[in-house]
Amino acid sequence: MGKRAQTRMIDALTYLILLIGAVGMVTPFLWMVSTSFKLPADQFTKTFIPPTFTLKNFQALFAYRDISFPLLFLNSTVIALLTTIGQLLTCSMAAFCFAVVRFKGREVLFTLLLLTLLIPFHVTLIPNFIIFSWLGLVGTSVPLWLPAFWGGAFGTFLLRQYFLTIPRDLVDAARVDGATLPQIYWQVYLPLAKPALAALAIFSFQGAWNDLLRPLVYMPAAPNTTLTVGLALFQTQMTRGGNFTVLMAGALISILPLLIVFFFAQRFFIEGIALTGVKR
Amino acid sequence: MEAGLKPLGREKFWLWAMLTPTLFGLFFSAFGSLLATLALSFTRWDLLTPPQWAGFANYVALFKDPKYLTALINTVRFTAMYVPGVVIVSLLVAVLMNRGLKGISFFRTAYYLPAVTSAVATALVWQMIYGKDTGILNYLLESMGLQPVCWLCTDMALYSVTIVNIWGAIGEGMIIFLAGLTAIPKEYYEAAEMDGAKGIQKFFRITLPLITPSIFFQTLISTINAFQAYDYIYMLTRRGQGDSSVPVVVFSIYRNAWHFSNYGGASAQAIELTLIVAVLMGLYLWLEKRFVVYE
Repeated sequence: MGKRAQTRMIDALTYLILLIGAVGMVTPFLWMVSTSFKLPADQFTKTFIPPTFTLKNFQALFAYRDISFPLLFLNSTVIALLTTIGQLLTCSMAAFCFAVVRFKGREVLFTLLLLTLLIPFHVTLIPNFIIFSWLGLVGTSVPLWLPAFWGGAFGTFLLRQYFLTIPRDLVDAARVDGATLPQIYWQVYLPLAKPALAALAIFSFQGAWNDLLRPLVYMPAAPNTTLTVGLALFQTQMTRGGNFTVLMAGALISILPLLIVFFFAQRFFIEGIALTGVKR
Repeated sequence: MEAGLKPLGREKFWLWAMLTPTLFGLFFSAFGSLLATLALSFTRWDLLTPPQWAGFANYVALFKDPKYLTALINTVRFTAMYVPGVVIVSLLVAVLMNRGLKGISFFRTAYYLPAVTSAVATALVWQMIYGKDTGILNYLLESMGLQPVCWLCTDMALYSVTIVNIWGAIGEGMIIFLAGLTAIPKEYYEAAEMDGAKGIQKFFRITLPLITPSIFFQTLISTINAFQAYDYIYMLTRRGQGDSSVPVVVFSIYRNAWHFSNYGGASAQAIELTLIVAVLMGLYLWLEKRFVVYE
């Protein structure tokens, strides 16, 4: 077998393996979309095209009495937006200090911050819960977004990696023009770091939107809860009745905002993850 | 790393002002909470009556609690399957995607989808797919003449749940590995080809050693994620009273704290899990020194 024929065969094999994998990755989503447009009577038919196409599931979802999906949607949006704002602000400030400014204890503090990535999340959950319950904030959304305003190792690390790639000459030039630290942060670094900020914004929003354990702890009961907890409660009710079509409509609605962001801003997802993984 | 910008006069104030939220989070929320949990683990406390000193009673009770031991074993078994699964599959996918073929961006989007969407929503459709009498998976098995499987029954559920968790994590691993693969200088491959190296040889002699930093990073991240895995497990295996057909330690912590108001016992479980993670991290760092190649 010639070398070209061999390369072609390997290419074909590559496509085949990737295609089989891709089918496995995407089928659950297609199944979700397909089921959400089926009649309840057709919910277990094994065809991708609904035998009878219907929008009734979505109507039923929004008319559902025990769980108000518009309210859940609003709650999740507010929590995710506040989380994003908090993370962008506090992580970028810290990342700027760690990447640009020289000060005593910088390396030690940064190492300590990175160490927190290794602390399993649930270890901090109980004391945090106790404090928030003393403050009378359990049952409100405050415990879900307030911690985003005290920084985070992941976001700080991601932004610092990006800040380090910004040429030092810009700082020196700004210094000559008499710019102060906060001005250099706000006028030089933030505008140049838009791709990294976009990546962090997306990850923060996504993390808050998809979070389940913390909402289960802080806002466990309908009607005032998040989409994830609402869907879990809905799952119990719908599965008992064997009604999957409305459940799939709910699942679809809940992933739609992130899917839309992903299709338009895929670059930032990919670059953001790559940024945390390449350099140490 | 170079020295960096020196704060002048009053700028010192701004420096620490900008660091304040992060320092608060670091010392109060992260390390402070860790210490608080440690202290709580030596008490008996339901949050309603004053806490009582319990010494090591909570830790001793852990080893007599069959529910907890089951959860611990499940967590270890889950981690032992999940971490290699994620690392191997996403490395394979990344290597195939890195061959520079056309149309790869389509595949990249497809593989990344589960990493974008919430585990809660996708678990709902997996519940349907795994359905014993009605799911498509058993439908496919039966149409191939095989016996249907009870995917979410007690003896199978751990494996089914692990598969879904790996499915959800491939996207991120793939991106980490792709970034690592594109960072390998092309000259290495060209030099190897001059010496007559074949595809497989190139993979084992160049790609694999030079990708070890990414493998190390991904193994570390996956291990931490494995010990915290909750969403899919909650959605696919939960029963009443905070119980589950595949209880893991996070489940057990949640159940003890928020169903039984046993905050001391839950804290002891959290601390013990942290210790296990810490030991594993130490092991990884030791392995890193021996096997990871940095240029």
